Amino acid sequence: MDNSKIGHHISEQFNKELEDVRNKVLAMGGLVEQQLELAIEALITGNVEQAELVIGQDSQIDILEVAIELECTQILALRQPTAFDLRLLLAVIKIVHELERIGNKAKRIAEMAVKLSSHTNSMPKHDMDRMVELVKAMLDNALDAFARMSIEEIPAITERDQKVDREYENIVRLLITHMMEDPRNITRFLDVLTTVRALERVGDHARYICEHLVFMIKGENVRHLTQEELVDKINTPR
Amino acid sequence: MTQQIRSHSIDMSSVLRGKDAAQAPSETCIKVENLNLFYGEKQALHGINMEMQKKKVTAYIGPSGCGKSTLLRCINRMNDLVDSAKIEGKILLDGENIYDKSVNVAALRRRVGMVFQKPNPFPKSIFENVAYGLRIQGVNDKHILEETVENALRGAALWDEMKDRLNDNALGMSGGQQQRLVIARAIAIEPEVLLLDEPASALDPISTLKIEELINELKEKYTIVIVTHNMQQAARVSDYTAFMYMGELIEIGTTSELFTNPSKKQTEDYITGRYG
Repeated sequence: MDNSKIGHHISEQFNKELEDVRNKVLAMGGLVEQQLELAIEALITGNVEQAELVIGQDSQIDILEVAIELECTQILALRQPTAFDLRLLLAVIKIVHELERIGNKAKRIAEMAVKLSSHTNSMPKHDMDRMVELVKAMLDNALDAFARMSIEEIPAITERDQKVDREYENIVRLLITHMMEDPRNITRFLDVLTTVRALERVGDHARYICEHLVFMIKGENVRHLTQEELVDKINTPR
Repeated sequence: MTQQIRSHSIDMSSVLRGKDAAQAPSETCIKVENLNLFYGEKQALHGINMEMQKKKVTAYIGPSGCGKSTLLRCINRMNDLVDSAKIEGKILLDGENIYDKSVNVAALRRRVGMVFQKPNPFPKSIFENVAYGLRIQGVNDKHILEETVENALRGAALWDEMKDRLNDNALGMSGGQQQRLVIARAIAIEPEVLLLDEPASALDPISTLKIEELINELKEKYTIVIVTHNMQQAARVSDYTAFMYMGELIEIGTTSELFTNPSKKQTEDYITGRYG
């Protein structure tokens, strides 16, 4: 683990403050990851109890978001950070927002798990498998990249977002077919659609986390770019 | 019912421009070329090359002893007063080398005014302090003197506070007022360049903000070079920032770039308060 980017301040207290922010983001990331994992599992197994656990735990993520944001605000006010330190705090404020959004999506998936639990047969779950794997890996790798403060893996992560988008389109097409075949199932399939949409959005937020990381580490703003442009920016030396 | 779409009259180009890009391209006022300075055996400046733009504020930052004040003092040849100082290289002011033998140093210092860390008003009236430069140039016309003093005091944001106290002794002013008075004295002779050596380091926060506000107004007319230990101050007042270390210029760039994304690790370590 490379802490050199955060440490080595003359003020030991400042090191501790930044280290603390970093650790809290990692803890929040871990919690969000766990929530997503549990929600998806509840969806697949139809475990209502587990889904309700996820729904109940969402408020912890909200509390962490507010707490980390407050901590960043205080450091900004008291330390007037510059350069990497400044970008770190700005990026963290945005990253915790993305994590909070992912938490909401996990909660949404859990809510759908409750609704869909009585209709296990109507779930084209195997069709979602690939998407689930992609999205989980994206989030996991994005948090890894944050922990290591490295942008090496970013292009590979964001590339997966494109695959997620394609998967999403495929599933939507499949769901429309199902709905046309049997209109009585439309309500249920709309819930499935909501679930798939939530997963797809998790992929987007994981991508945004990567973009904030590039800003943090390289000082380049890579939002709203195509994959090629993003790779290009990451690989171009400053 | 159709809702009228709000028309956006935002000028996108002004949104896209950062703080720097908004500044019109400007011309070089001061150019430092291969400047070396020795105090006796010890070399204090090593091969400095940089340009300072007309009517912009350039800040020098760096740890104590890095040579920033020494470099500043080279710009109006204050180092000539130090016997052991030996200078190589050139400083071009509007294209002319100020170290050329033909240069009249007194005339140079009229063009390049300087303000120091500690305000140094003369033990005279406020009026006479500001009029001093003109008097030694032989100007004695009362109207000209009054007009110049008023303009200089206005320029230094002191007129409203001091217009009824012009005959008071300057030493009775507060530190912040004295510093602005010294700036008024410097601009009364209408220099092109103002050198400010830690102009606010001995002042309280409000006086400091007044000086910073003043610097912002003064750059309409003057090219300003400021040395400061206070990095946030450099960030607030300057258009360009130069980071110096051990007598070398490490990096010079637009202030916003240097403070958000410096290109050299040494600069980053310094401005983020890390030991390199």
